[in-house]
Amino acid sequence: MQMPVPDSRILSQKPQLTAALRKVLPADAVITDPAETRAYECDALTAYRCPPMIAVLPSTTQQVSDVLKICHQFGVPVVPRGSGTSLAGGALPTEDCVILGVARMNDVLETDYDDRFIRVQTGMTNLSVTGRVEGEGFFYAPDPSSQLACAIAGNIAMNSGGAHCLKYGVTTNNLLGVTMVMMDGEVVEIGGPYLDSGGLDLLGLICGSEGQLGVVTEAVLRILPKPEGARPVLVGFDTNEVAGACVSDIIEAGVLPVAIEFMDRPCIEATEAFAGAGYPDCESLLIIEVEGSDAEIDEQLAVITAIARRHNPVEVRESRSSDESARIWLGRKSAFGAMGQINDYMCLDGTIPVSELPRVLGRMNELSDEFGLKVANVFHAGDGNLHPLILFDANKDGDLETCEVMGAEILKLCVEVGGCLTGEHGVGVEKRDLMSHQYDPADLEAQMAVKDVFDPKWLLNPAKVFPLANSETRRGAQ
Amino acid sequence: MIRPENEAQLAEAIRDASGALSIRGGATRGLSPAGAAIETSGLHGVRLYEPGALTLVVGAGTPMDDIDTILGEKNQRLAFEPMDHRALLGTSGVPTIGGVAAANVSGPRRLQVGAARDHMLGVRFVTGTGEIVKNGGRVMKNVTGYDLVKVLAGSYGTLGVLSEVSLKVQAIPEAQATLVLRGQGMSDALADLMRAMSTPYDVSGAAYVSSVNGKTGSERRIRVEGMAGSVAYRAGKLADLLGADAVIEGEDSAALWQELRDVAPFAGRDGAVWKVSTRPSRAAGLSQALVEGGQPHEVIADWSGGLLWLLVPEAGDLGAAAIRAAVAQAGGHATLIRGDLARTGVTRFQSQGPIQDRLAAGLRARFDPRGILNAGLMDMTKTGPGADAARVKDPV
Repeated sequence: MQMPVPDSRILSQKPQLTAALRKVLPADAVITDPAETRAYECDALTAYRCPPMIAVLPSTTQQVSDVLKICHQFGVPVVPRGSGTSLAGGALPTEDCVILGVARMNDVLETDYDDRFIRVQTGMTNLSVTGRVEGEGFFYAPDPSSQLACAIAGNIAMNSGGAHCLKYGVTTNNLLGVTMVMMDGEVVEIGGPYLDSGGLDLLGLICGSEGQLGVVTEAVLRILPKPEGARPVLVGFDTNEVAGACVSDIIEAGVLPVAIEFMDRPCIEATEAFAGAGYPDCESLLIIEVEGSDAEIDEQLAVITAIARRHNPVEVRESRSSDESARIWLGRKSAFGAMGQINDYMCLDGTIPVSELPRVLGRMNELSDEFGLKVANVFHAGDGNLHPLILFDANKDGDLETCEVMGAEILKLCVEVGGCLTGEHGVGVEKRDLMSHQYDPADLEAQMAVKDVFDPKWLLNPAKVFPLANSETRRGAQ
Repeated sequence: MIRPENEAQLAEAIRDASGALSIRGGATRGLSPAGAAIETSGLHGVRLYEPGALTLVVGAGTPMDDIDTILGEKNQRLAFEPMDHRALLGTSGVPTIGGVAAANVSGPRRLQVGAARDHMLGVRFVTGTGEIVKNGGRVMKNVTGYDLVKVLAGSYGTLGVLSEVSLKVQAIPEAQATLVLRGQGMSDALADLMRAMSTPYDVSGAAYVSSVNGKTGSERRIRVEGMAGSVAYRAGKLADLLGADAVIEGEDSAALWQELRDVAPFAGRDGAVWKVSTRPSRAAGLSQALVEGGQPHEVIADWSGGLLWLLVPEAGDLGAAAIRAAVAQAGGHATLIRGDLARTGVTRFQSQGPIQDRLAAGLRARFDPRGILNAGLMDMTKTGPGADAARVKDPV
C-alpha cells in the first residue's frame, strides 16, 4: 500500500503544533507520545499501520473548530476518526498527520418523537442511538454489523448500510442534518430536523465523502417506530443459481422483506462447525425476514414460502417463535467469527445486480482455484451487496499479497457485470487504486472538484478515495 | 431550440454554447430561465429494466407517462410519487424523468420512503464545459466515491444537464386504504397525524387539507398500503386509535392522494403558491404566526405537517417577507412555486446561509465555470431580476 511520503517540514514543526493544540485543548486531549499514538496506527483494516504524528480528542464542536484552524495554519493533514472500525482503512493515519478522534463527543442533544428525529454528537455509537429511543418504541434504522462499536461519525463518512437497508435504506436516507466543521475552522449547519432543505443537496454530498469535506460533529438522524414484530424463514437450495432466482422472484412478487441474507456452502459448513445452528446440508441458503403483527408476518411468509417451494428447495424452515428465529439467525450472525476461527480472511464488499449472482459466484470459484485461496460468501442478497471472504494465512509468506490481488480481481468482476467496488464499507485506502476501473478520469475529476470547493488545500484525509496519481497535484498545492 | 438526439450531441451543444442555456425536459415546472433552450426530449427510452432487481435505467428525456406505463406492466411504480406540476402552474407539455430528478420532485409518500434523490441510483450528465460524467450506477448499495447523484438531484440543471437516470422502483402493493377524518383545526389535526406516524402501522401518507375555498370542511387523510390482510389490520388499528369518518379503499383512495400530490385544491385559483419544509410540530404555529401577522393564506399540510403548501394573494411581495420570517422562526425552508418573480423581485429559493451559499456557488463555478446552465436560477449571491444575465460572460 503506497502512501504519500511524509512532509519533513511538517514533522519538524511537531513541537510548535503541539504547543498550539495544547492552548485550545485540555492536556489529556493532545496525544504526542509515540507509545500512545500507536493506539491510532490503524483501524479495522489491520494489515496497514502507521502511527500519526499527533492524536487529538476534542469534546466540543468549538474545540474541533480550534484544532482545525490551527492545523489549517500549519498546513498539516488531518485524518478524522470515529471508532476506528473502518474495514477500508478510512482512518489510516500518515506519519505527518493529526488524528482527530470524536470519541469524547457522545451526548444526545435533542430527541423529538413528534418530529421523529434525534440530534446527537457523532462520537455516539450506532447502537447507542437506538438505545436512547427504544424505550419510546423507536429505533435508528441503519445497522452495520459493527454497530456495537462504530460511531455515527464514521457511519456518515462511509454512508454505512447494514442487513436491514433493503427496507429502510442506508445512512444517507436516514440523515436529516449535520453540524460540520470545515478545514479552516468554520462551523456550518447543513439540513436540519425537516425533510427538504432547498438549495443544493450539500448533505447528500457530505454523507459518504469519507471525512474529506469536513468533520461532522453533530447529526440529526431520522428515527422510526419499531415494528410490532419480525420473523425469518430459512430456505436451503441445491445450487446458487436457484437461490439467486428465488431472490429475484420474491422481490418481483412485491413482498418487501426487511432482509434477505445469503450464505454459500463453505460459509454454512464453517458456521455449523463453529455455532451448530443446525442448518440444512445444502449448497446455499437464504434467510428472509419480514416484519409486522403476527398475522401480517404469516401473510407475508405464506407468499414467500410459496415462491420458495416453486424452486424445489432442500428445506423451508419457517420460524414460529422468537426461539426459532434466534436459531435461524445464529449461524448468520456468527459467520464472521466462524471464519475468523479457521483462518485469516479479507472481507470484500462489492455490489452486483442481483441477476448476475450465479455468474459472479461461478467466476469466483474459478478465481479461487486459480489463486489457490478459498472463498466463502455471506451477504445481503436482496440488494446484491456481496461480502466474499477470502481465506488466507497471514503467517505464510506472500499469502496476503495473493489475497489482495485476488480480491482486486473479484471487485473488478463486480464492476464488469454492472456493479461497483464497494456497497457499504467505503473506498478508503483499500480500494483507492481500483477507482479507475469504475470511473473514467472525467468522473474522478468531477468528484475531486467537490473536494477542491470544500477543502481547497486538500488537508482532510487527503490520501484516500482517489488514486494517488490522480490527486497528486492537488495534494501538493499547499 | 436545441434538441440533441443523444448524449454526444448534448455535450457538443453545451461545449459550443456561447451564452446562457435554458435547460428543459417538458418545461412543465415553471423553471425556464432566460437563454437558448436545450430540450432533452430526444434523450428518451429505456436503457435497462430489471423488475426482479427493482432497477430502471432511462434516458433523462423519457416522459413520465412512458415510465408509468412500462413499470405498470410489471405492477411496479416509482415509490416517491412525483408531483405533476401542470395543473397547479397552468403549464402544458410532457413532464420527463429528467425534470423530476433535476428538481428532486417527490409526493406524499416521501415521508415513508424518501424523496426522488433517495431513489436515484445513478446519473449520467454533461457539465457546463461539455464534459460527460457518470456517478453511482444501477445497484442498490454503492458508496464508491462521492455521491454526486444526490447533489445533481435538486440542482435544477445548474451543475449539469442529466442525460440518463438510474432508479430504484417499487412493487405496487396489493391494497391501500385511506382513513378520512373531518372537521378539526390544524393544530389538533396535525397532532393526530404525528401520532399516526409514531405507530408501527407503516403509514404511507398523512395529510391535512384546510377548508379549501370555503367549499368543504377541513379533512385529515391517513394512508396505509400493503397486502390486503395487513392493510385491513392496520387501517383498523389506526381507526381504533384516532377514529375515522370514512375508510376509502382502492382506486378512490389513490385518487385522493393524486389530488393531494398535485396540490389540486390550489390549481386554477388566483394567488401565489409557496412550498414550505418545516418541523411537523411547528407547522400549525407557523400558520398561526402568519394569521397573526395579517398574512392571509390557505394551507394544505402533507408529510404529517412537514410540508406546507400555502396559497397567498398575488399582491405586494407575494407574502415573501412574512412567510420567510415565520419559517426562520420555526426552522425550515420556503420555496416559491408559483408567482410573478420578475415583477416582484422575490427570489424563488431561500438562502441556506452564507457558508452554504458560498459552497453551492463554488460547486456551480466548478461544474459550470461559464455560468451558462440555467444561469442564476439557484444563485443566492445575487438576487432579483437581472441576476441571471449578470453571471453570463459576454452573451453573444
